[in-house]
Amino acid sequence: MTREPSDNTSDTATAAWQRQAYEVLVGADIRQMSYVPDAGHAELIRMFAEDDTVQCVSLTSEEEGVPLACGAWLAGQRSVLLMQSSGVGNCINAFSLLASCRFPFLTIVTQRGEWAEFNQWQVPMGTAAQGCFELMGFLVYRVEQPQAVAPTIEAAAKMAFAGDQRIAVLLSQKLIGQKDWGAQ
Amino acid sequence: MKPVQDNSGALERREAVGNLLARRGDALVVSGLGSPTYDVFSAGDSAANFYLWGAMGGAALMGLGLALAAPRRSVVVITGDGEQLMGLGGLATIATQAPKNLTLVVLDNGHYGETGMQPSHTGRGLALERIAGSMNFDEAIRLDTMPAVKDYAPTLASPQQKLRLAVIPIAPAETQKALPPRDGVYLKNRFRQHLGLGVN
Repeated sequence: MTREPSDNTSDTATAAWQRQAYEVLVGADIRQMSYVPDAGHAELIRMFAEDDTVQCVSLTSEEEGVPLACGAWLAGQRSVLLMQSSGVGNCINAFSLLASCRFPFLTIVTQRGEWAEFNQWQVPMGTAAQGCFELMGFLVYRVEQPQAVAPTIEAAAKMAFAGDQRIAVLLSQKLIGQKDWGAQ
Repeated sequence: MKPVQDNSGALERREAVGNLLARRGDALVVSGLGSPTYDVFSAGDSAANFYLWGAMGGAALMGLGLALAAPRRSVVVITGDGEQLMGLGGLATIATQAPKNLTLVVLDNGHYGETGMQPSHTGRGLALERIAGSMNFDEAIRLDTMPAVKDYAPTLASPQQKLRLAVIPIAPAETQKALPPRDGVYLKNRFRQHLGLGVN
């Protein structure tokens, strides 16, 4: 498993859709946000960290975010898990909790290994992430365009929390931008 | 590999959990898969119990999500050594959050009881309370005797203003199964209704 940061996060356009994603999530009454850091999520993580109304939980591994979200829901709180595609494989058995109890669940995943990827070690899990979600009964929404980020997350949150669905929003590497490795 | 330690003289698990939950008050209880789930059910079914039947390694994290969402309630996770060992990273996450209303209780028989009593890492000398102590849990102790379990029990009823972990050494003996409902949707909705929350 490799966790190389994605880049372009300082880019103004990137900041704009991440700001919109944050606003949509807050508007959906997200009260807990758990994450394993990814550069593609950096701006979103930073905005949540500055928000006293949302509990941010830094995880050592992505699967921790699944039972965490279920516990939050048991006491009436909505949550979101932010991770990179390499973390999806870590979660698979934990996802059984969602299926067995029909817990609502929302995760936003930054994709690696699928578009102009320099590090081929990212390819196996990056390309398998969507299939893993689907095998575990998720609805998967892929986002390629910045203007689609906010409406997709808004729709996903509605469907997850009002309809007991488990939903993954995949932010494509084309959207997030390639990591700059210098001379290649 | 380090040798397996003899813990045959440790406490009887059903009696220990029965005593532990005898004065639980308003505590919300999550049980880890396998025998801890049977022990908690055997001590008395409650809508405030959430019994895990799978997702090994996740019990304490479910307790964390619950504790953060219900800060005025005491949240108690009762799980086994094998289940908690699968979630050691989760202990670190819990330690950094440090909710003051969460108590983790590990029933430690040093073995994987559901799968044929194979020795676990604690059975070879690893001490979960020392791990939690090194992670700066506010309190991380062993309850080695039944009087110690009985003294601890009333503290579960309300938040103690500290993050706690207690290891209860139990004997690695087979216990008759006591089976709560396995329907997760039912358990979820029953728990939420107990807290006055709606069903989707």
